[in-house]
Amino acid sequence: MRSDVLIIGAGGAGLVAAINAHESGAKVRVITKEYPTRSQTCMAQGGINAALGNASDDSVEAHVQNTLKSAHGIANEEAVRHLCESAPDAVEWLDSIGVCFSRTKDAKIAQRTLGGASAARACYAQDYTGLKILHTLYDRCNALGIEMLSERYLLNLVTHKPTSSDAYIGGATFLNIRSGEVESYEAAAVIVATGGYSRIYDKHSTNSTSSTGDGQAACLRAGARLSDMEFVQFHPTALKGSSILISESARGAGGYLLNSKNERFTNELAPRDEVARAINEEIQKGEGVFLDIRHLGEEFIDRELPQERKLAKLYENIDPVYEIIPIKSVAHYTMGGIEVDKNSQTNIEGLFAVGECANHRVHGANRLGGNSLLELVVFGKQAGANAANYAKAFDKTIEAKEQAKIDEEYLKRVKEFSNEIDFYEKRTFVGNIFYNNVGISRDVKGLKEALEAVYKIQKETPMMGPKDRSKIYNTNLVEFLEFANMIELCESVLVSAIERKESRGAHYRSDMLEQNDEKYKAHTITYEENGTLFTDFAE
Amino acid sequence: MKIKIARYMGKEVTQKEDIEYEVSLSDATLLEVLNEIKTKQDATLSYSSGCRSSICGSCSMRVNGREILACAYKVKDGDFVEPMKNSPLIRDLVVDMDRAYEFNAKAKAWQSSIKKGVSLSEENQMLNEFQSDCILCGSCYSVCPVYAVNSEFLGPFALTRVWKYVSDKRENEPQSKIDAIQTNGVWDCTLCNECTLVCPQGISSKADIEKLRMRSVASGYSDPSFASSFGSFGGASFDGSPSF
Repeated sequence: MRSDVLIIGAGGAGLVAAINAHESGAKVRVITKEYPTRSQTCMAQGGINAALGNASDDSVEAHVQNTLKSAHGIANEEAVRHLCESAPDAVEWLDSIGVCFSRTKDAKIAQRTLGGASAARACYAQDYTGLKILHTLYDRCNALGIEMLSERYLLNLVTHKPTSSDAYIGGATFLNIRSGEVESYEAAAVIVATGGYSRIYDKHSTNSTSSTGDGQAACLRAGARLSDMEFVQFHPTALKGSSILISESARGAGGYLLNSKNERFTNELAPRDEVARAINEEIQKGEGVFLDIRHLGEEFIDRELPQERKLAKLYENIDPVYEIIPIKSVAHYTMGGIEVDKNSQTNIEGLFAVGECANHRVHGANRLGGNSLLELVVFGKQAGANAANYAKAFDKTIEAKEQAKIDEEYLKRVKEFSNEIDFYEKRTFVGNIFYNNVGISRDVKGLKEALEAVYKIQKETPMMGPKDRSKIYNTNLVEFLEFANMIELCESVLVSAIERKESRGAHYRSDMLEQNDEKYKAHTITYEENGTLFTDFAE
Repeated sequence: MKIKIARYMGKEVTQKEDIEYEVSLSDATLLEVLNEIKTKQDATLSYSSGCRSSICGSCSMRVNGREILACAYKVKDGDFVEPMKNSPLIRDLVVDMDRAYEFNAKAKAWQSSIKKGVSLSEENQMLNEFQSDCILCGSCYSVCPVYAVNSEFLGPFALTRVWKYVSDKRENEPQSKIDAIQTNGVWDCTLCNECTLVCPQGISSKADIEKLRMRSVASGYSDPSFASSFGSFGGASFDGSPSF
């Protein structure tokens, strides 16, 4: 089962990479644990940034400066410039393959203002931007006849380590969820595009239940490095009861944030880290926090924010046309991820990463709204082309069966775990402790307490395991494997957060309020050697 | 509150069984109830879900015989939950959607001509704004009665997708799309409108199929069942309308 390029994940990043690898002449295979079109990308609402200047004066330079400012000193300027300079082309390409962007009266792509932006820069399709981009990419993959395999869960990456040279990739192993069998897929190049890890916050996250960091955890086990894992973006406005996202475009269009006394308390369009902190402070004071979009009017809300109205009604029994919406800030986007170089390649030869799972150093300590959809197009293109070129020149031997055997044995053992402790309860517990101790505001005491809890759970894992031991479509088993991945990543997040003894962007230490450029204007690197996790800072 | 779920443990255990569960949640979505059952009562219950906000299309299933999204449906006492129809059942509430999705490719639901910088007005864009809201949950596919007689029918969501591209001003080769949907396509639909009634996004595939039929007729095609029943009386005229 060999291909030139194997892409793991069928969200926006994976599909853009697939299209570009295919167009570069590679035989491409995409594998996803869901179906293509069901990934997290479909949940992106606000838009995709490009300095087109269709709605107001704008420039690539302004886009660069806004992104760098929001990143608080730890974005790579070269990477940010590449991102912003490529943005107009990226949007033009999406438009050319049929994405239904909303339009202005003069037949241009409509743009709106998101937080931290000096201009109306986000191109959008109502509040369905991610959905329409993702589905159009899927249609494009169909047009090109790209093979897409669904419902296969990533177990491990296959690496080869000749003594004389560096490690290189050889494919990956998967659990076929439908059959319960372990499958191995060999490939000269592998692109990991598996999304973020916000679900470590469990119910305190806007994300799909699938954002469990499977790719990052597999990379860590395979010897790749993760970076900036402590930087988790909290979205200011999620529905209070269900953590369902209310798009930033609601504030971009003029929505207010109010406390229980009906007072505004912050600049609604500051970058997300600032707004989330302001909301959190109000909540700490015992205030309720609300989003008020009533003054935008029913016609505007139905035209520009149709999802928001539907979801507020469904989950909070609130009609935003007539009532204020109770909100809180929850985990939304993970800036940290798989460390890649400027070619999107990891420290393992032939292993690439792209999208939210990767860290291209463009978001730094806090991502700007509208830059994540952009990132997956710009770097997806790059990763796809580079992986295809790498595969063309590849002449080494690869063999994935061995890893499949190891994984089969592991799954057999997992199904015999003792089940004295319920992992669902632990998943909730970890989510709560992360929300409280590793959330919008952190201090060393709370972080260490969380790390102790995580160490304890790691030790107790053999006392958990799935209750369901059947073979066919065992979601209980898959959820346990996801939980194990999340627990692995929790450690990375925590040691990084403890080591970074300063406040910067989304990493806000109430016990270390200053930003310390002398020591920490650097990237936090975590990597595993012989089962032990190490931390380091690197330029 | 009690709900009943149609359970089927997969090929290994052949029998199906309806199992009743009691939960104490109120004013809850079906997905919240299923999560409660899975994490607290019965870890073997299988279903798909993702975004919780009706946009990923994963949690489509049937309640009391009607297609719904579990994350958008508020549970009522006595509800009966079943998997979707017209796709092979894998286990419990999970069906295999591979074959259903393949109809997107069979119907050539994509833009054929890639051209940059085509100007698209607000009116042009509004033409297929609804069609591009589709989340591929497959509710329309499950409810469609045509599959009982023709398993090769391209089906409602794939045809809506075709209309999306046919009606798009950026598409220079709409005719090739029309050509691809003549067999097992627009003429096999019974126009029963069930797809419209179950669509969580308010899309009417039936209406899109009617529009595709009009385009087909305009480009010389005709309803084959109509043509064949009158076939012995003469051929079709040059514009595709039957001549007597």
